[in-house]
Amino acid sequence: MTILAHLAALLLLPIVLVGIINRTRARWSGRKGPPILQGGFDLWRLLKKRPVYSEVTTGIFRLAPLVVLATTFVSGLLVPLVGRAAPLSFALDFVALAYLWALGRALMILAALDTGSPFEGMGASREATWAALAEPGLFLALGTLAAASGHSSFAELLPVQAVTPAAIVVRVGCALTLFLILQLEAARVPIDDPSTHLELTMIHEVMILDHSGPDLAALQYATGLKLTIGAGLIAALLNPLGPGEPAIWVAAVSLGLTFAVAIAIGCVEALTARLQLKAVPTYLVLGSLVGLLALLTAAFDFGARR
Amino acid sequence: MSALVVDPAEHTCRKEAFFERLRAQLSEGARLVGYYGRPADDSGQVVITAVLSANGKLSVLRTGLSRPHSHRALSAELPAFQIFERELHEQYGLRLHEHPWLKPVRSDAPYPFYSLKGKEVHEVAVGPIHAGVIEPGHFRFMCLGEVVHHLEIQLGYQHRGVEALLLKKDPRALGPLVETIAGDTSVAHAWAYCEALEALAGVTTSFEAQVSRAIGLELERIAMHLASLAGMATDIAFLQGGTTYGRLRTTAINSSMLACGSRFGRGWVRPGGAWAKLESGQQATLRANLKLLKDDLAIINPHLLGARSVQHRLKGIGRVTREQAIELGIVGVAARASGIEVDARADLPGPVHLRYGIRGVIENSGDCWARAVVRIREIDESLRWLEEVLDAFPTCSPDAARVGALKPDTLAVAVCEGWRGEVVHCLETDAAGGLRHYKVQDPSLRNWFALALSLRENEISDFPICNKSFDLSYCGNDL
Repeated sequence: MTILAHLAALLLLPIVLVGIINRTRARWSGRKGPPILQGGFDLWRLLKKRPVYSEVTTGIFRLAPLVVLATTFVSGLLVPLVGRAAPLSFALDFVALAYLWALGRALMILAALDTGSPFEGMGASREATWAALAEPGLFLALGTLAAASGHSSFAELLPVQAVTPAAIVVRVGCALTLFLILQLEAARVPIDDPSTHLELTMIHEVMILDHSGPDLAALQYATGLKLTIGAGLIAALLNPLGPGEPAIWVAAVSLGLTFAVAIAIGCVEALTARLQLKAVPTYLVLGSLVGLLALLTAAFDFGARR
Repeated sequence: MSALVVDPAEHTCRKEAFFERLRAQLSEGARLVGYYGRPADDSGQVVITAVLSANGKLSVLRTGLSRPHSHRALSAELPAFQIFERELHEQYGLRLHEHPWLKPVRSDAPYPFYSLKGKEVHEVAVGPIHAGVIEPGHFRFMCLGEVVHHLEIQLGYQHRGVEALLLKKDPRALGPLVETIAGDTSVAHAWAYCEALEALAGVTTSFEAQVSRAIGLELERIAMHLASLAGMATDIAFLQGGTTYGRLRTTAINSSMLACGSRFGRGWVRPGGAWAKLESGQQATLRANLKLLKDDLAIINPHLLGARSVQHRLKGIGRVTREQAIELGIVGVAARASGIEVDARADLPGPVHLRYGIRGVIENSGDCWARAVVRIREIDESLRWLEEVLDAFPTCSPDAARVGALKPDTLAVAVCEGWRGEVVHCLETDAAGGLRHYKVQDPSLRNWFALALSLRENEISDFPICNKSFDLSYCGNDL
């Protein structure tokens, strides 16, 4: 039952969360906005199309969307999205998540270089740089949680244990770090702008410029999946319900918090301009620093309890 | 808005005297407005005309240059001539030595791009076909990593042969054609054309007609400045700015439609008068629209300028210094953002702007921020001016004067401050009173190079915002 609910969430949330973000943006600018499921209609339209491949590309270009989709989907099985359990759970699964994403990214970068387009080359270079800067933040946040809980799988390290001031600082700090990484991974403002048509400013969008039809659908769906996984992680992290509460309640609160994360992303997009590209590293390092602060708090708390 | 009508023979001198007087006037503080050629009766010659502006007056100097001989380019010492001399070289094969860069302005004749060699150097070619619905133009970036060392711009893809086309019809029926030279500057081009034509015909239009044209011009300015601001906000992903300015632009262009039936001001200005009708009913709606603009701008302007993230994206980006701007002779919004007081409404005022003055807006930092602020302040000033003029003219539906035969062998030059900058039209008649030559100059022609300059040592990802902050016309340049 939980597994079915989890799969349904993996299938639907990528579409719904993007819809919520777009609705939030529309509200802030005085418009009604597209239907919540518009992303789904777009994917359906793309799936019916015949992809177009440039003559200069090789098999890597065709392989990349499949690898990105597969790695992201498997990583989605590791994170508890509804309730406390995930379909796949093993020790140090958060390391698996980080490198599943890295595998997808590596293929994406290779595919972008494969097209020989200078835009895509620039996008690939930016993607590689930012990803390297974001990785410390991800491990600081997840490592801190693992250290604080004494467990190393998502299903065990995320649920709340004791509510102490130190635990709150650790959780909020890690959530902030993950929020910044989510903005990068899902290509959202202020790091990237998914609605721009300006090739020279793009990061993620420019790497998918040459993909079309079902390939493009796979990449867009994978981006939505990353959004879902990131928002789900933050929701599970901030979910205040302890181990004794009924699972259905935990699931409901988690879903609510996931939607809240999407609304928060939408609000940031509506209220701030995008960062200058050269300021992005600073922004990402800031995320890592918050993660470091959480780690120090956890260490201090651990020492004090002894 | 100002027109000059002269007998060109009186201002013609020999080559040596021409260059001497040109240099002398420029060093005494005159500003170069235009510099163009036309074919002479003798095919070995090109007739060169320089249009200058000093102390609120236009003046012309003219000479003939022989085609087979080579001449020393003025651009080597006076960079403001660079685009004009490139045009002369392209149009008449005029041989110029010591010109730093005789790249064709509009033709696709092969001319090598600058190239940069070294480790970490790469070139990015953008266009001529772009993502999104914009005009074609090719941009070649020479980059060191993410930093642009130089940008080379190649245009001409929109060349339609406008100047030749304008000579094929009755000179008094060119209104619809002139309005499409740059479709976003219809009123300014139409007014410059009409002013020059009326000067040639010796017709004086009524003051009311001039007022009506000036209203059309300011509405066009407000609408296009709003469009530029919406574009700038969208380029930096500042959502509320983009949607709000975009919405307000609709109010502004609908106001033009109310008066003349076209949202882009087509048909507002016609030889002899103005077709636009502003009876009391239309004025009431127009005033309501202007009030809406004023009220909403009072909210969105501080919101945009006050946002830290917007300041971060605009301040210090794409800077053109005052010295560079003067040297290059750039005009309009871009020049005023670099601290140069050049505004034909104030410098070369016609009767309307003499009675109802409009204050020029100057910013000094020369960056994208300054170009945004100049637009915002100019909209405020235009709204204030419109209110003053509408108070004085509760109805404004002028009768048109008849435009008769044109004076033979006469040159008329008209300068009109469009939203982008000064629009210059030079019309010259032949001995029979027909049009002998029509020279059109859109402000974009002189400003494109400033965009290239502004990008040096900036990030390549800041190109779109720099480009939008200038908001230049491709078809106005390509003619």
